[in-house]
Amino acid sequence: MMNEPGLKDIWVYLSASPLLGLTITLVAYGLAYRLYLKTNSNPLANPVVTSVAMLIILLLATGTSYSDYFEGGQFVHFLLGPATVALAVPLYQQFSRLRQLWLPVTISLFCGVVIAAGSSIGLARLLGGSMEIQMSLAPKSATAPVAMGISEKIGGLPSLTAVLVVITGITGAVLGTKLFEWIRVRDDTAKGIAMGVAAHGIGTARAFQVSSQMGAFSGLAMALSAFATALLVPWLVDLLASWLPA
Amino acid sequence: MQFLNGITLLLVYQLVGEITVRLLGLPIPGPVLGMVMLFITLMIRGRTPESVDQASSALLSHLSLLFVPAGVGMMAHFGRIADEWVPITLALLLSTVITMVATALIMQVTTRWFTKPLAENGKHDE
Repeated sequence: MMNEPGLKDIWVYLSASPLLGLTITLVAYGLAYRLYLKTNSNPLANPVVTSVAMLIILLLATGTSYSDYFEGGQFVHFLLGPATVALAVPLYQQFSRLRQLWLPVTISLFCGVVIAAGSSIGLARLLGGSMEIQMSLAPKSATAPVAMGISEKIGGLPSLTAVLVVITGITGAVLGTKLFEWIRVRDDTAKGIAMGVAAHGIGTARAFQVSSQMGAFSGLAMALSAFATALLVPWLVDLLASWLPA
Repeated sequence: MQFLNGITLLLVYQLVGEITVRLLGLPIPGPVLGMVMLFITLMIRGRTPESVDQASSALLSHLSLLFVPAGVGMMAHFGRIADEWVPITLALLLSTVITMVATALIMQVTTRWFTKPLAENGKHDE
């Protein structure tokens, strides 16, 4: 009886402080990453999937709301911004390789970004998705801060886009290497570009495990497609709106 | 200290990017402009300073972690996702597969087209 108010006070303090959200994010990721290494980097045990699942179960079990969790989670989320800026470094370091391949890379990137946004809008519309869902899906292959910014501009829900971006990245990371085997693309450059365009940072993390060349090109494609998506997707949305009836 | 300098520089570029985008009403997100400006700086300087190298590899080597809080956001959208789960899951899955397959094939084909002259000169590196 003496202890109960004490514990309750501690819980009240913790659930109002960012410390808890931040700590459980790092602990869950640490556990998820260890599990991933234990399974010999099996793509199905992707650390983002397992840590997100662990955190959601924990939050639901303790009745903690997402906004309370995000008080702490935002410190990790915030780093996506500087991480986007940091992409300039691999881009610069791969520049000589990029210069040799600039034409194929430019063509693939342009097509990839247009296909990513066009197919998600088109498929969502075909399957009866609302306008808000279509617009939230459109920038899903770009890295989170970029996708959220675009989503806001074209009439999507930025927070929903962030979720869709993560699911897209996981899908790409899990299916990628199998898909490339099926279509017999063996060149690490082509695999890296495709991974970075379709599945941004989560795909890039996976690509680095296949080879450092695939990783570098995936990072490069992710950086360039962040830029291309920001420029092309709002334009593409206007174009589609004038072609297709809503 | 190196790491601190590096992360400070990344934040300064992001900040300048955000301010410029807002002042000029540019259609691209602030961090992307920050990335472009840092890239141009590196090109002009001709090398990556140790501090920036350290900070960027620290951030990029744990890139997956940075997506976790956004992923947990799924719980705030359960209702919405449940309402429209067919278009959301199918469009997302198919579109990601289509994008990945198409981009990989386009890259493979165009690389062959445009590097053929090099291959004939015996400079093709494979």
